[in-house]
Amino acid sequence: MLDLMDITAGYDRARPVVRGVSLSVAPGEAVGLLGPSGCGKSTLAKVAALLHRPDRGSVVVDGRAAPGWRHRAPRELRTAFGVVFQQPRLAADPRLRLADLIAEPLRAAGRRGEAAERLAELVPRVGLGPELLGRRPHEVSDGQLQRACLARALVLRPRWLICDEMTAMLDASTTAALVAVVEEYRAESGAGLLAVGHDRVLLERWCDRTVRWEALAQHASSRPRAAVR
Amino acid sequence: MADLTWHPARSHGGRDHRSLRVGASAVIMAAVLLAVLLVPPLVPMDAQAVDLAAKLQAPSLAHPFGTDEVGRDLLLRCVYGLRVSLLVGVVAALTATVIGTAVGALAGALGGWADRAVMRVVDLFSSVPHLLLGIFIVAMFRPGVWPVIISVGLTHWLSTARIVRAEVLSLRGRPFVDAAVSGGASRWRVAVRHLLPGVLPRAGLAAVLMVPHAIWHESALSFLGLGLPAHEASLGIMVNSARSSLLAGDWWPTLFPGLFIIVPTLAVAGLAGAWRERLDPRRRSELML
Repeated sequence: MLDLMDITAGYDRARPVVRGVSLSVAPGEAVGLLGPSGCGKSTLAKVAALLHRPDRGSVVVDGRAAPGWRHRAPRELRTAFGVVFQQPRLAADPRLRLADLIAEPLRAAGRRGEAAERLAELVPRVGLGPELLGRRPHEVSDGQLQRACLARALVLRPRWLICDEMTAMLDASTTAALVAVVEEYRAESGAGLLAVGHDRVLLERWCDRTVRWEALAQHASSRPRAAVR
Repeated sequence: MADLTWHPARSHGGRDHRSLRVGASAVIMAAVLLAVLLVPPLVPMDAQAVDLAAKLQAPSLAHPFGTDEVGRDLLLRCVYGLRVSLLVGVVAALTATVIGTAVGALAGALGGWADRAVMRVVDLFSSVPHLLLGIFIVAMFRPGVWPVIISVGLTHWLSTARIVRAEVLSLRGRPFVDAAVSGGASRWRVAVRHLLPGVLPRAGLAAVLMVPHAIWHESALSFLGLGLPAHEASLGIMVNSARSSLLAGDWWPTLFPGLFIIVPTLAVAGLAGAWRERLDPRRRSELML
């Protein structure tokens, strides 16, 4: 079970973008989080993946409260999450070749030996040609790069997938292909999914249950105070 | 059917100007490096050889740059002086860059209070005129090459630290660092594999831009009598000791060492400027002197 409990988070303590949000994802369940741009759903996704420390609230993963965030979270807890970001260009280190990009989590864990085997399995699965593996991010398209980023998120076989607007930059056929890859992985591994987006049609077809941001957040960003300051 | 051939616009004059500058800089640097590396081992003349009978001779075939007030050949002494200047310039710039990169990367990677504390130390150092600080450091040692290098290196890491810190801060906030953290990378791995490689080109550029500055500092310290021992061939010392003869109308003992300070440093700066324009085409290069 992945439980976000009473999360308040943001980048300025005086003006949190997420206020008192609670959300649960069961193992094997796909939850869609639907909200307009800039409402704070990406911040919530980062909190869920232990990448952003909330001002208040806790994240409980399989009954165990996360003891810290980012580097303060134990490695095996961090790597229980596979995260796919909205913009593949920004989410890929521009100096790494695609093969290194995908295998990077294995290397960080000291499991370099498994890289070749995992690559051989994942690369065709996400629909990348082997000739692309030697290229750097600027030499491939957005769609190809996002496929590589998805492969990177799956390489450590995470129990939870966080897809933050994974398909916002992509065309319809690539979107369908990537969603199919995620669903195939979830079917065989039983991983839970938190998919964040603003495409209602997509999320309602993809997920078991779709939650609207307005229903979750207590008037989270309905009254922006930025203009006052 | 309409004529659809496309004629590219003629390039502006600026570009030719730039390539001319780069070409000239490259030629000058090549000549300087050849002279500095080949003359001392190949030319069996002594740069310290005094010949009072031939003092203050105007440029001639025997002495193309003339002779100084004790009859030493100025061309030879200029080459030896440039050798010292380049050594000091390169080593001091590298020292400053290594210190600056380490401090800036540390501040940027740690963030928070550590960052603020380190950057206030940088501000504190910046508030003291660095030539003054350099004079203070160099005065603690006997005259020689190493005190000058230490003095320039210890006073010139500040701007590099600022550049590197800013770069690390901007890289640290990008999603690919989030992705690395989520993939289980340790702090060290994030710093070494993802942040440092992104910062190194800029640090290298800062190092090259620092070389002319360091050369000018060596000359300034030597001119003030604080750099190298007085008998050594150093461009700053040569300009200083030639001042008295300048008033008597002997222009060559000041002109040639002065040119040897200015022209090679401008050449280094020209090459560094071209590198910066390739690295960051949106920003016009400026000299860091």
